[in-house]
Amino acid sequence: MSHDYQGAKKIALKTIIILAVVTVVEVMIALTGKGYVIQGYHAPKLLMNSLMIGMSLYKAYLIVFEFMHMKYEAKGLRMSVLLPVCLLIWAVIAFLYEGNAWKHNRQVVLDRNKIELTQTPAKTN
Amino acid sequence: MATDTVDQKHTDVSTENGSWEGGAYPFKVGYGKLMIWYFLLSDAFTFAGFLIAYGTLRFSTPTWPVPDFVYSLFPFMSGHHPLLFVSFMTFVLLFSSFTMIRAVQEGHRENRKGIVIWMFLTILGGLGFLGCQAWEWTTLIAREHMSVTTNPFGAHTEGGIYLGADGKQSEESFTAHTSYIIHHIDFNATHEEGAPEAGAEHEGHAYAAPGDYPDALVDERGYVHRKYIVADGENAGKIMYEKFGPKAFGALFFFITGFHGFHVFSGVLFLLTILVNVIGGVYVARHNGNEMVEKIGLYWHFVDLVWVFVFLLFYLL
Repeated sequence: MSHDYQGAKKIALKTIIILAVVTVVEVMIALTGKGYVIQGYHAPKLLMNSLMIGMSLYKAYLIVFEFMHMKYEAKGLRMSVLLPVCLLIWAVIAFLYEGNAWKHNRQVVLDRNKIELTQTPAKTN
Repeated sequence: MATDTVDQKHTDVSTENGSWEGGAYPFKVGYGKLMIWYFLLSDAFTFAGFLIAYGTLRFSTPTWPVPDFVYSLFPFMSGHHPLLFVSFMTFVLLFSSFTMIRAVQEGHRENRKGIVIWMFLTILGGLGFLGCQAWEWTTLIAREHMSVTTNPFGAHTEGGIYLGADGKQSEESFTAHTSYIIHHIDFNATHEEGAPEAGAEHEGHAYAAPGDYPDALVDERGYVHRKYIVADGENAGKIMYEKFGPKAFGALFFFITGFHGFHVFSGVLFLLTILVNVIGGVYVARHNGNEMVEKIGLYWHFVDLVWVFVFLLFYLL
């Protein structure tokens, strides 16, 4: 029991250090992407964003599996909590696609309004 | 005789693995712990719904306030410190998660003194986080005049040059994607109070009343929309004025961080209640390794987990 306790203590300390380091790296990446760290250098947005999303997912994994002890629970419990979360993957894809479509539609309307404005005087003449 | 055998068999099965006798834990955890997991699953869906709505609205607008411009103030310090304060907040919550897991571990070995110390530190962390959030909200509302429906943070879609007080081009220019904040003046304030706020970039002259000035459009509510001449793009040469940023920004920010903050606040209340019970020795009689501390621990880590994504979506991306 006491050996167990020492082991768990070590894992908790290791996890929090990894989480802190990953967070600092994330903030540095965000600032590099916006041109703060290297003066005037804007790193590629797609690369920086995917890095930050990947690191956040890794942080989420550490919190759930180590801090919330999911790693050591019965398989049935793990599956019954984690599998439903997979539904969100489709929700994210579908809704972001929808948002993009709204932007596109708005632009279409703006462009059409412009055409009608330039064409109206031509008709009356 | 045939019935006897069936009865015999039935008894054998039930005594062998005791499935019908009760007392067996499915998934090898207690009822309360299993249910808190399912509660957290449902709560995860609630937060995911809000955050996905945020993503959808952000994708649907051509510009979005740049986080390192919006969140760049720090208490007692002047100038811009992009993301410094929110990173500090994140660390406060992260370390309270660490003190929480230490409390759970002390609970497993029934060390009451250890639980009390670590839980107390966790409560302090939670209160610290709430304090930081209070400062952040106060700054946004009172100093930068953001509200649920008004978003003074915008970003230029094209390059341009600001107009001076005489209505002619000034030396101040900007490129596309540059962030700006629409300042607010209080017409009723005396001169000292109406002085430009800290973090203000454009000090300009004071406008006594709403109206159309050579260098800015001052609206009824006192927001100063600076005028500029467009330098590139299809509108080049036109005189335009700075418009409010995407309207959804304020509502999403206050609603999502508010909902998260409310989780932290209720978490602190739960922690306090359980701390009092631990001190009173309520859980000693249960002989289950202080499972109640473990349950509030799960909730507290979940709040930290949500913050990972709030931090990512609002402050980093």
